[in-house]
Amino acid sequence: MKMGLKINGEFKEFDVDPSTTLLDLLREAGYMSVRRACDTGTCGVCTVLMDGKPVLSCAILALSADGHEITTVEGLKDDEDFQRLLDLFLSEGVDQCGYCNPGFLITAYAMKRELKNPTDEEIKMYLVGNLCRCSGYVGQMRALKKYLGVEE
Amino acid sequence: MVLIDRYVRPKSLEEAYELLTSVKGARIIGGFTFMRLGTVNIPLLIDLQDLGLDFIREGEDFIEIGATVKLGDVERSEVIQKHFDGFLSKTVKYIWSVQLRNIATVGGTVFARFGFSDFITSLLVLNTKVKLYRNGEMLLEDFLESRVSRDILVSLKIEKEERKAKFRFMRNSFYDFSILNVAVSAKVENGRLGGFRIAIGARPGIAKLAKKAMEYLEKNGLSPETISKASDLSAEEMEFGTDIRGDAEYRKMICPVLVRRALNDILSESSGGNRS
Repeated sequence: MKMGLKINGEFKEFDVDPSTTLLDLLREAGYMSVRRACDTGTCGVCTVLMDGKPVLSCAILALSADGHEITTVEGLKDDEDFQRLLDLFLSEGVDQCGYCNPGFLITAYAMKRELKNPTDEEIKMYLVGNLCRCSGYVGQMRALKKYLGVEE
Repeated sequence: MVLIDRYVRPKSLEEAYELLTSVKGARIIGGFTFMRLGTVNIPLLIDLQDLGLDFIREGEDFIEIGATVKLGDVERSEVIQKHFDGFLSKTVKYIWSVQLRNIATVGGTVFARFGFSDFITSLLVLNTKVKLYRNGEMLLEDFLESRVSRDILVSLKIEKEERKAKFRFMRNSFYDFSILNVAVSAKVENGRLGGFRIAIGARPGIAKLAKKAMEYLEKNGLSPETISKASDLSAEEMEFGTDIRGDAEYRKMICPVLVRRALNDILSESSGGNRS
């Protein structure tokens, strides 16, 4: 079936099987920051922004996203605020294997736009759907608190 | 794996209903979050997102939530937050993850009658009606017990009233389904509590009202003594089952504990005390 998506500001047309998920479509189209892991809507590595809100691309049919606007990490590479978040992940030594990073980064970017001066508890609750198998949560919290401007 | 032969976005409820009833095996997509975990071949998947059902509006007597509203929008809605002391928004905030709540829909959750649902348990204590395209309006508790299936949920209508409501759950971890969930509420009239409602879900069956416990509180009022008795009654009148998250005996044991804590929350708030 024919469908159209605005991905990172650019309108693209696709011809998809109705069973295709948004995750499948994005990876086949070359957006490799969008990762596949659990494929059950649990781990958060496939997170993208749909109309500005974080969603799980593995749990959305590609056809349901038809007409919506998708943003991936690739689409934020020139965004100054996003670059600051990347720098903080580097300077705070957040990276371990790095597989969960794109999902974390996208969710953190959305959190900054949704929550004002979040508490530690609110930050953790917002990120509960992003799992890090290296359990690098302490470094992530350190970077995120600086990014969100809620350092103690 | 889910295999879908055909996908459509109807432009009217009439068209959606015609498709649903004319194609054998046709299904309506809510958020797809739970459906995609199954192994099923769907000849026709009907997506309601173009029907303008993504509204939350406040009428004189009801708050109405459209079927395609996302759980995340319920959480963020100012209309929802200002009623029942934000009870419904707070409950939704504990459901799975931000990303999932931005996909899962009100209609997909309620119409599917998910046993694990925290949302349905919470709605049951708020005098909620479901509005169906074909079967019209009916109380949520009646809908949950009915066999209505070939129909389309249009919206939920929640009665506006001064009502205190509390939600409690037991989980192995925060990021999990509830092993058992409990919601309680009481109407506040002239400073007095009445119209008690107690709902128990994730038993693991679909949430139900604990009617004997509700009647007991109606007759005897809310006090530390009646709370204890009502909590025991609620566990006695419910059936509990066993699944991967917990067994029936465990659920039956924690049920009165959660009911008691939730009712105590209401009592302490209404008396200005600090009971917990």
